This record gives sequence, C-alpha cells and structure tokens, in this order.
Amino acid sequence: MLKINNLHATVDGKEILKGIDLAMGFGEVHAIMGPNGSGKSTLSYVLAGRDGYEVTKGEVLYKGKNLLEMKPEERAGEGVFLAFQYPVELPGVSSMNFLKAAVNAVRKYRGENELDAMDFLKFVRETTKMLNITDDMLKRAVNVGFSGGEKKRNEILQMAVLKPILSVLDETDSGLDVDALRIVGDGVTALRSPHRSMLVITHYQRLLDHIIPDEVHILADGKIVRSGGKELAVELEEKGYSRYTADAA
Amino acid sequence: MPAINETVDQVKSVEKYKYGFVTDIDSEFAPKGLSEDIVRFISAKKEEPAWLLEWRIKAYRHWLTMDEPDWAKIGYPPIDYNDAYYYSAPKSGDEGPESLDEVDPELLATYEKLGIPLHEQEVLAGVKNVAIDAVFDSVSVATTFKETLAEHGVIFGPMSEAVKNHPELVQKYMGSVVPTADNYFAALNSAVFTDGSFVFIPKGVRCPMELSTYFRINAANTGQFERTLIIAEEGSYVSYLEGCTAPMRDENQLHAAVVELVAKDDAEIKYSTVQNWYPGDENGVGGIYNFVTKRGACRGKNSKISWTQVETGSAITWKYPSCILQGDNSVGEFYSVAITNNFQQADTGTKMIHLGKNTSSRIIAKGISAGKSQSTYRGLVKMMPKADGGRNFTQCDSLLIGKECGAHTIPYIESKNPSARVEHEATTSKIADDQLFYCRQRGIAEEEAIALIVNGFCREVLQELPMEFAVEAQKLVGISLEGSVG
Repeated sequence: MLKINNLHATVDGKEILKGIDLAMGFGEVHAIMGPNGSGKSTLSYVLAGRDGYEVTKGEVLYKGKNLLEMKPEERAGEGVFLAFQYPVELPGVSSMNFLKAAVNAVRKYRGENELDAMDFLKFVRETTKMLNITDDMLKRAVNVGFSGGEKKRNEILQMAVLKPILSVLDETDSGLDVDALRIVGDGVTALRSPHRSMLVITHYQRLLDHIIPDEVHILADGKIVRSGGKELAVELEEKGYSRYTADAA
Repeated sequence: MPAINETVDQVKSVEKYKYGFVTDIDSEFAPKGLSEDIVRFISAKKEEPAWLLEWRIKAYRHWLTMDEPDWAKIGYPPIDYNDAYYYSAPKSGDEGPESLDEVDPELLATYEKLGIPLHEQEVLAGVKNVAIDAVFDSVSVATTFKETLAEHGVIFGPMSEAVKNHPELVQKYMGSVVPTADNYFAALNSAVFTDGSFVFIPKGVRCPMELSTYFRINAANTGQFERTLIIAEEGSYVSYLEGCTAPMRDENQLHAAVVELVAKDDAEIKYSTVQNWYPGDENGVGGIYNFVTKRGACRGKNSKISWTQVETGSAITWKYPSCILQGDNSVGEFYSVAITNNFQQADTGTKMIHLGKNTSSRIIAKGISAGKSQSTYRGLVKMMPKADGGRNFTQCDSLLIGKECGAHTIPYIESKNPSARVEHEATTSKIADDQLFYCRQRGIAEEEAIALIVNGFCREVLQELPMEFAVEAQKLVGISLEGSVG
C-alpha cells in the first residue's frame, strides 16, 4: 500500500529526513514516535506534498504509484489524508462549506457524482454525532475560535467524510485533555477497516491506548532507528527518548 | 438567424469573460462627438419637455467650465470626449416596445445569453419575483412585470418613459440629491444622460418583488450615461439590484452614471450592484472606464439606505456611493467588495454625511487585489454640528494576492460634534501558504481554494446581497480571480 524507500528531504536547504524506509499494508496502523525535531512533521508534509519540503533522494510508492509526482490535491483525490497538527483557520469560510467543497472535489477526482446540499447534510450528520460535533460548529468558520479539542475533532470529521485510504495523523493528541483524547481515539478507531491504513505520528504513548497500532517505529534524527510491536511504545513511555537521541548523535 | 449563431460562437470563444460577445444589431447613432447640438439631439430623440432640455444645456455649459478630477489613485491616458458616440439605440427599439412580444428577438436572445430572461414566465437565478428593466446602450428595451407592480402603485420603468408619464415627480426629484454641477462626471451625465430606471414606491407599500436593472453596453465607441432615480415614500420598502456587462474590445469605453435615492420617513431602500463591466485583457488593453456618482438622501426620520456593491469589472472604477443622513435616527450602510486583477484600478468607497440627530452609519469594505492591479478604499465620514449622538463604524480589509498588486486605505474623518462617535478599523492580509496547502490537502485545487478563501473574506458583504444573487456573486468572485496564481 505504502512503500517508502531511502527517503531524504530538506527544508530551507537543511536535511531533515536522512533515509527513511517504511512499508505498510492495507488495513494496518503504524505509529511513528520520536522526540521533537526528529522529522516527524516533515515526513507528514512530504507525504502530503507541501511546498518547500524538497525530496532530494529516494521514492514513495503509494498503491504502486509514484506519490511524489502528484500535486497535493491529486494525492487527496487518491485517498491520502493528513490530519494537521495545527489545523489552519479559514476566516469566513463555514466548516460546512469547506467540507462540501472538499468532499465534492475528491468525488469529482474519483469520477463520482457531486453531492447537493441536502444529500451532503445527511451524509455529514451520520458522522458529526459520533464525534460530538454540533451543527453550530459546522456553521462557524473553519477552525476560527475553535478550542484545541474542537480543532482536532474537526480534523477527524474531515477524515471521516473524505474516506481516505491512507491517513496520516500528525500529533493529533497534542493539546487534548483526557475526554477529548477519548473522543478522537474512538473516532479514529471507528474508521479502521481492512482497506484503510493509518500512520499515527505522536510524541506520547497515550494516544496509542486508544488507537492500537500494528507496528511502532522510532524516528530519531531523520531515520527510523527501531521498529517493533505496540510494546515498544510502552517501553518508550517508561524509558524516554534519550538513548535514541544519543544514538543518533 | 445567422446573426444569432454568430453571437453564440462568440460566446463560446470567450472563456474568462463570458459576457464579452457583441450582438450584431442595427443601431441608430447620434453624430460622433459632444456639443450643445448633441445634447439637443438626445433631448429631441427622447421627445423631452423644454424644462429638461434647458436643464441639460445648463449642465453641459457648466461641464465645459469644469476640470476632470485628478485626486483619485488611478492613471489613464486623457479621455477624448469628442471621440465617442453619446447616443446609440437599436433601430427596432426606437419607439419603445409596447409589450414584451414586440421586443426584437435578437435582443431577447442577447439577454438570454447574459442569463437575464425577459419573459415573465421565466425565472431569474431560480427566483420568480424579480422585475427587470433592460437597458441596451442608450435605451431601455424591455421592462417586465410592469402591470403586477402597477397594481401596488409601484412605478418601475425607463427614465425616458417617466419623463413623459410622471414629469412632476422627475422634475421634483431629479438633481435634488446629485445636483448637475456636483462633479465633472455628474455634470457630463446630466447633459447627455440617456436611459436608466425610475422607481417610485408609494406611501406604506412594501415593493412585492425585487427590482432589477440590467445595463448592457453593446455598440463600439459609445458611452453609456444612464440615470437612475428611486423615490421611497413614507414607510415604504424596496430592494433594487443592478447588473452590468459589456463586450470585449481593445479600446476603452466610458460609463458615467448618476444614481439618486430619496428615502422619506421610515422608508428603506436597499440598493445592490453587481458590476461586471469588461475589465480589459491580461495586458491591460481595453475595458470600461467606470465613473459613477451614486448618492442617497435619508430625508425622513428613521429612514434607511443601504448600498451593497460587488465590483469585479471595469478597467477603472471611480465610485463612492454615499448617504446624506438628514432625518433624525436615519441609517446609512455601505457594504463593498472590490476585486481587481491584471491591470485593473479601483478607487472606491463611500461618504457618510451625518446631519440629523442619532444618525448612524456602517461601512464594511473588502478590497481584493491580484495581478498588477491597484485597489484603493477612499471614504469620508462627516459629523455635522447638529448630529448629536451620531455614530459610525468603519471596517476596511484588504487582501493581496501575489507580489505586484497594491491596496490602499484612505479614510477621511471630520467631526464637528463632540457627542458623535467614529470608529475605524483596517487590516491588510495575504492568503497564507498554509491556508492554500490546507485546502489542497483536502482535494480542493488551487484556484478553487483561492475562490473559497476570498469568498470567506467577503462573506460579511456578500450576505447582504439579495439571496438569489449571492450565489452568482460568489461564482463571479472565483472567475474574476482566474489566472491570479502562477
């Protein structure tokens, strides 16, 4: 499903990713853990195709296609979704409008009919309940004046309605209290399916109590330094990252 | 009809400015140029009474003594006022059709292409209750729903018809808000104005439908000088919308209109504009020069005048829809979106003159500049000595797209009353890279993302438009910015 081979990437001329190798199958959930500055967010932006993140070496194959050749919106159309660590505010653009524009853009890319306002409302309502998202929130401008928890729930709502094949969750747990974490965790877990894969990027183990990963990778200084089962996350929580940062240095 | 096919083909060839086609129709022109004889020619064509001819001549003579204003932040080569036609009318429309059945099919087809149906059974933008006055070059070619409106005592039709049928109203109010000598372009308009709409809403009547005038410039080298007058008697209400388009041409064409509104006690006028004159091409060649004077007088107590404008077209826009808040407790509003792209220049804003007690005004202006365009907000808020408790709130926001455009905010505030309150807020921003990336990551392509973000930026203003036009305006925002990102 996803195969990353020897991926190197620079930001502002500085090499951040220094040879990442990773393989994921359909339906799998992988966690990437690592200290601050290890390249976790850079990896998520490279996968999503953000300008300014330059791949200097290596390749990313997604469903057998060269992901790096596609524009960001094409990747979205192909089913790549990034839940942002810091969701962006769009003043004046109602969340509902934004969702509709996104869903219809992706449906159009996939050769499906665009949904009209009524059908769309029905379609969204199924999901908002589960994530405890009120109609009022849908009327408000995207992420403007949202609390940290509301922003993250809004990301998961977008993920749910866009039905991605590969979801990259970039520190979705940051800034969440225990209740919000549970809602987000349950929301993500509900989306797990045999044909949907997730790459969960996190600093802490606590999100992985809610989203149980098949594999855990430790990223340090731009490289995956260790991979293992979910027990690796627990070990990290107890012993910390210091030995990996020291290793890498 | 081959001419219609030709029109259709031309429409197809025009992608970005889809209203840029020319209708091939026989028209009658006044001799080229501007002189007292031309003024007389126009007046005679319209079979006007002597007082109106005198009024025009006086305005013309005064115009000759005036200088073109040069204070606006716009630049253009000198206009040769003698190198244009001041009157052009389709021959078939010479006498003015008595009913819609008599309107030249060619004209009907033209308006259909523009999305303006002139058959009453058809609906405009999905809404049935819109009466339309269609002005083609110098004459009104059709007005719909006249009878329905007449049942409510509402008068809606061409100005030239009002001069004939309601001379006392025209004589009483025309020039009472914008005097002939008000400014250079208003004086020019007063001398050579051709058609435009006349609206009269009687006491206590809430106009049963939206009124709309659709202005179309078709003939080459021709200026359009329409004049609109709306009178709302005590306790009445009317919502009026105007739309404008013109063919794509390499030479510039002049449009100098005057709009006057009068609101009596407890009356409300909502005036909306979607201005989409041809803006010129991506190299700045061609486009309409739009010099317009719009002013409303809140003469009565508790009266209200609200201007909403979406300005996307024209090579040059020079326009300041204003309110004179004379009646106590009267309210003036100005909601504006001005979008400039390529080489367009817009200098637009408003004037709120507070005369009466407890008068209030609200100004929300959104300027979006892209390409190499320049956009200026210029606004005056004036509190006169008797405007006790007068209040104003102004918010001007500018959004820049790209690195070669400019946005400017020039507020003038004069307060001669210590109890008056004036607030002004202004911001300038850019579409952030992370906003674009966020949208694109959700599958929304770049141009659509810009349209979405810009529509969000304009939302406060667009939601003031009558609902049936708001959707169209949103699309227009997207189209106007096409090609603004590399």
